[in-house]
Amino acid sequence: MHSSEQELFNHKIDQEVRIEPKDWMPEDYRRMLIRQMSQHAHSEIVGMLPEGNWITRAPSLRRKATLIAKVQDEAGHGLYLYSATETLGITRDETIEQLHAGKAKYSSIFNYPTLSWADIGAIGWLVDGAAIMNQVPLCRASYGPYARAMIRICKEESFHQRQGFEILLTLSRGSQAQKEMCQDAINRWWWPSLMMFGPNDDASPNSQRSMQWKIKRFTNDELRQKFVDVCVDQVKILGMGLPDKDLKWNAETGHYDFGEINWEEFYEVLKGNGPCNHERLEARKKAHAEGRWVREAAAAHSMKKNNLNTREIYGTQSAK
Amino acid sequence: MEPNPQSEKWPLWEVFIRARQGLDHKHAGSLYAADARMAIENARDVYTRRNEGISIWVVESNHIHASNPSESDSLYDPANDKVYRHPSFYHLPDELKNI
Repeated sequence: MHSSEQELFNHKIDQEVRIEPKDWMPEDYRRMLIRQMSQHAHSEIVGMLPEGNWITRAPSLRRKATLIAKVQDEAGHGLYLYSATETLGITRDETIEQLHAGKAKYSSIFNYPTLSWADIGAIGWLVDGAAIMNQVPLCRASYGPYARAMIRICKEESFHQRQGFEILLTLSRGSQAQKEMCQDAINRWWWPSLMMFGPNDDASPNSQRSMQWKIKRFTNDELRQKFVDVCVDQVKILGMGLPDKDLKWNAETGHYDFGEINWEEFYEVLKGNGPCNHERLEARKKAHAEGRWVREAAAAHSMKKNNLNTREIYGTQSAK
Repeated sequence: MEPNPQSEKWPLWEVFIRARQGLDHKHAGSLYAADARMAIENARDVYTRRNEGISIWVVESNHIHASNPSESDSLYDPANDKVYRHPSFYHLPDELKNI
């Protein structure tokens, strides 16, 4: 039975038939998805923190409204992804617990601080831009719930990148100080954004597996190159530069060559030694702990309303 | 106070959204909520931020019963050899109109 189920699974992957929650799947496939999807969900939630930092200080009502909308989207995106992850047999509580215990990762980019308003522009343009580059191919991921979540996310996220670029564009047409702020933000966010695509292909052992299973469709380096090519043209519209002296057009490859990424920095941030790792995780844990009484009160209210005794409710829930 | 994971458990709800008058409610996703009202309010915030819906259904996930992929053969295969259920099965002359 097992080998035929494996064959059926392989056949579906070959034929681009999506795998759905109740279908048989190899344990490694399940594990890889849980790891990737929960990391992705955590990234959406932790990603709200650096931007939330600027909501009260946004320079106009228009900017404030859009930033709130963007951060609210990210909460929604976290939810879509947590829900999709749960279809693989891990509970929401378990995934959150893994984040809070420091066992699960989230995108290293969110461990950098947002020092000026221009950072909100740079995050929208570069960080969301890199995320979209990664996410669009995931709309065709072989696992149905993941692909469906990604479709919804990509649809919503395109405004994020546009609002970021608009912020930078406004600054780039402003005073000398605003122009400098704009360039400074680009300088600080450029390299961490390139790191978002993950290690080089030869240092990324999971990539090949993931591509065989059609979770990923392009390698880290392919996506990173595509991102660089796009940004080089876009930055010209801002009249700004990218902080890479090795950046130049390569007529042979038809792409821009770019400088070496500081992988030591990447791995340090990943290990927890980035500028804000501690702060981000503490903020998450604090929010969870401080929200506890709300969750309990709502549960108690609901129970009272339903006129059920606690034994009945908890009896059925702990039975699974 | 010691955290008590049981006392903050909320049930999981499935959310169905009607996009426009005249269309069916379609599954949009799921969320946790303490009760039906909170589920609808949260569904509004999460799934209809861009005019995606004008009506919401929520149902507790544990009330949904699903067929199993292992039953697919017995459930769906019998339809395969009943092509006569489709209009294209019947060969009729081209001159025949309005049918």
